[in-house]
Amino acid sequence: MNSALKQLATQDPALGKLLPFAGADALTPYLESPTAKLHRKLCGSLEEAIKRSGLKDGMTISFHHAFREGDKVINMVVDKLAKLGFKNLTLASSSLLNCHDPLVEHIKNGVITQIYTSGLRGKLAEAISNGLMTRPVQIHSHGGRVHLMQTGELKVDVAFLGVACCDEFGNANGSRGKLNCGSLGYAKVDALFARQVVLLTEEILDFPNYPASVSQDRVDWVVKVDQVGDPSKISQGAARVTNNPRELLIARQAANVIEHSGYFNDGFSMQTGSGASSTAATRFLEERMNRKGIKASFALGGITGSIADLLKKGLIKTVVDVQSFDMDAAESLRTSSAHLEISADEYANPTSKGAYVDRVNVVIESALEIDLEFNVNVITGSDGVMRGASGGHCDVAAAADLTIIVAPLVRSRIPTVVRRVTTLLTPGESIDVLVTDHGIAVNPKRPEVEKRLRDARLPVVTIEELRQRAVALTGEPEPLEFADRIVGVIRYRDGSVIDVVRQVKN
Amino acid sequence: MKLRRSMLFVPGENAAMLSTSFVYKPDSVMFDLEDAVSLGEKDAARLMVYQALRHPAYRDIEKVVRINELNTEFGLKDLEAAVTGGADIVRLPKTENASEIHDLEAHITRIEKACGRPVGDTKVMAAVESASGVVNAVAIATASPRMMTIALAGFDYLVDMHTKRSRDGWEPELFYARAAVLHAARSAHIDAFDVVYGNINDDEGFLREVKIAKQLGFNGKSLIHPKQIELLHQAYEPTDDEVTHAKRVIAAADEAHRKGLGVVSLDGKMVDPPVVDEAEMVLQMAAAS
Repeated sequence: MNSALKQLATQDPALGKLLPFAGADALTPYLESPTAKLHRKLCGSLEEAIKRSGLKDGMTISFHHAFREGDKVINMVVDKLAKLGFKNLTLASSSLLNCHDPLVEHIKNGVITQIYTSGLRGKLAEAISNGLMTRPVQIHSHGGRVHLMQTGELKVDVAFLGVACCDEFGNANGSRGKLNCGSLGYAKVDALFARQVVLLTEEILDFPNYPASVSQDRVDWVVKVDQVGDPSKISQGAARVTNNPRELLIARQAANVIEHSGYFNDGFSMQTGSGASSTAATRFLEERMNRKGIKASFALGGITGSIADLLKKGLIKTVVDVQSFDMDAAESLRTSSAHLEISADEYANPTSKGAYVDRVNVVIESALEIDLEFNVNVITGSDGVMRGASGGHCDVAAAADLTIIVAPLVRSRIPTVVRRVTTLLTPGESIDVLVTDHGIAVNPKRPEVEKRLRDARLPVVTIEELRQRAVALTGEPEPLEFADRIVGVIRYRDGSVIDVVRQVKN
Repeated sequence: MKLRRSMLFVPGENAAMLSTSFVYKPDSVMFDLEDAVSLGEKDAARLMVYQALRHPAYRDIEKVVRINELNTEFGLKDLEAAVTGGADIVRLPKTENASEIHDLEAHITRIEKACGRPVGDTKVMAAVESASGVVNAVAIATASPRMMTIALAGFDYLVDMHTKRSRDGWEPELFYARAAVLHAARSAHIDAFDVVYGNINDDEGFLREVKIAKQLGFNGKSLIHPKQIELLHQAYEPTDDEVTHAKRVIAAADEAHRKGLGVVSLDGKMVDPPVVDEAEMVLQMAAAS
């Protein structure tokens, strides 16, 4: 054979690197051992999984945030990495929440030196806003994260993915274990792009475990741990059900806007964000859908129990779920064949060959600030400190036919409608309507929508009038002062830099 | 005709509610300086309510101020703030008889003159909260041309009557008081508000009580939570048939007016001024719903 290969190399140099056959299991030596063949991925401890993954100082580790405030994985893994002496790691999580405050110490001790995330909250966000990190944090959208992985900017060396259950080969999901977190839409992407994939699971079930949200062909190592997430805290954080009359008022008005926008037709598609008013708007839509005999073709996004309820009632034909915001949504995914689990790539990646956001008619999103040009900030508070998440905000806003922002005009004496947003996340060109408790403003580029809303006698005013109303209630806020140093870079979904966050001035 | 379906209580010491309540668009907002305000916060609440009364955000809403009783150390101070601040209506709590309205009126007149407000501009609402108040309802309702409305307050009344809320059926314990207060209001040609419904998480119970009040003929209810406004307004919303009929009544009355006729009939029934008033109210309510 060697002589034949030499001849091939001479005859066709492109074939010169072909190797001779070296035995049936040359590439798959584990097949020779009955134990290794079946159990080779199982690790006895997290430490063993880390060692076998080949993780080194300076590499990039990734996580997902399906357990939201109940997440145990990030702190567990980074604690272990710190104990093992790792340094200079890049942490890429699909998002970070209040429960990840312990990361502050690991940034101080040099374990983590760079962060990619779609959101930051709590003490971690506060510390970074105050200049904790040498390198600025990169804030991306959910779709933008996949894009960064695709372009190679974000190269994940080892993904540590918490799952409710898996088999010993790595077929994992969030629904079939004792813990039910629902969709693993973000984990799917990490599993696809990471060089090494470590699953942390609470349960190892019989092979084959199905459905395989993360499939065995993407998984290197499996390690059983006591707990990956606290299901009772999944619905904490951004997603909540409100009984607040002001949020209900805004939600009802948002439903009115949808009803009269021109997009409320049989077969329409929708997405509602995780904010209180946008979640509540779903409830008000139900009555309107029943009254007009309208059914939605699909509802997309982070899914709440309210959306799952409409699916159950037959008002939505299909629910497309990248993340389950609460237990009801997770249970719906587990039990309903019309409730689909998708990856963040399928959800919102601008360079995906087909993103669901492209087919959304109407989306309701929240905002911390919105300015006179309808630019939206969902990341920095009025004090300049990061305390939010980009999430899928700019992804869906860019693609949807009608993007509705819901927000109270004033939050604790701080105006939401401002001259210029503190930080720009979603450009005003993607925003169509603003619904506040004091009235509705329509982006001047959508005169036909404005006319329909006025014809329906909805309280439409200009966004400048809303700003003036806010100032009449609160007074003109003092401008914020920032230091020069950049602590955060806001990446638009295509990877471009749309804004930066500077260190807050004390 | 002023629509008075909903009167939202706003505690005077709650700055957050004072700065947002108008967004819920109740027909009237009632800033409370009495029971909702703790003793230590009376002065602060009065100051905040005074500022709220003058704020442009409340310009288009009827503003009522519930003052403390005049025989307390706060009553006159509250009244001063309400009248000078521009309250449309002063609500006197625990009204027992007409002389209390006369006293109130004298003080209002004095304050109006002092602050340059037209005399008679400030209207009065009497809250009846006891057996005596109910028995004297007619005298109270007719005590002054300033009287705009009379409101039944159920909690104190039922304590006075040695009973409690039944929370189901037609609430017999309140029947006499409701009927008496309503008759007093109607005989004085003023409005009448039904009691508050305290359980804000019980929409079903609230709507049951709204149905009773509406059927009896109350203009509306006092409300303690903004979420009750929309429910109440929906319950008072006229049906399509009622709106159609009202439009026909107005059209018939207009036609009669054009032809110089005093009265006209519609579907064999006479259309006289009360029928026209009723039709206008239906259309007003439909437009506001």
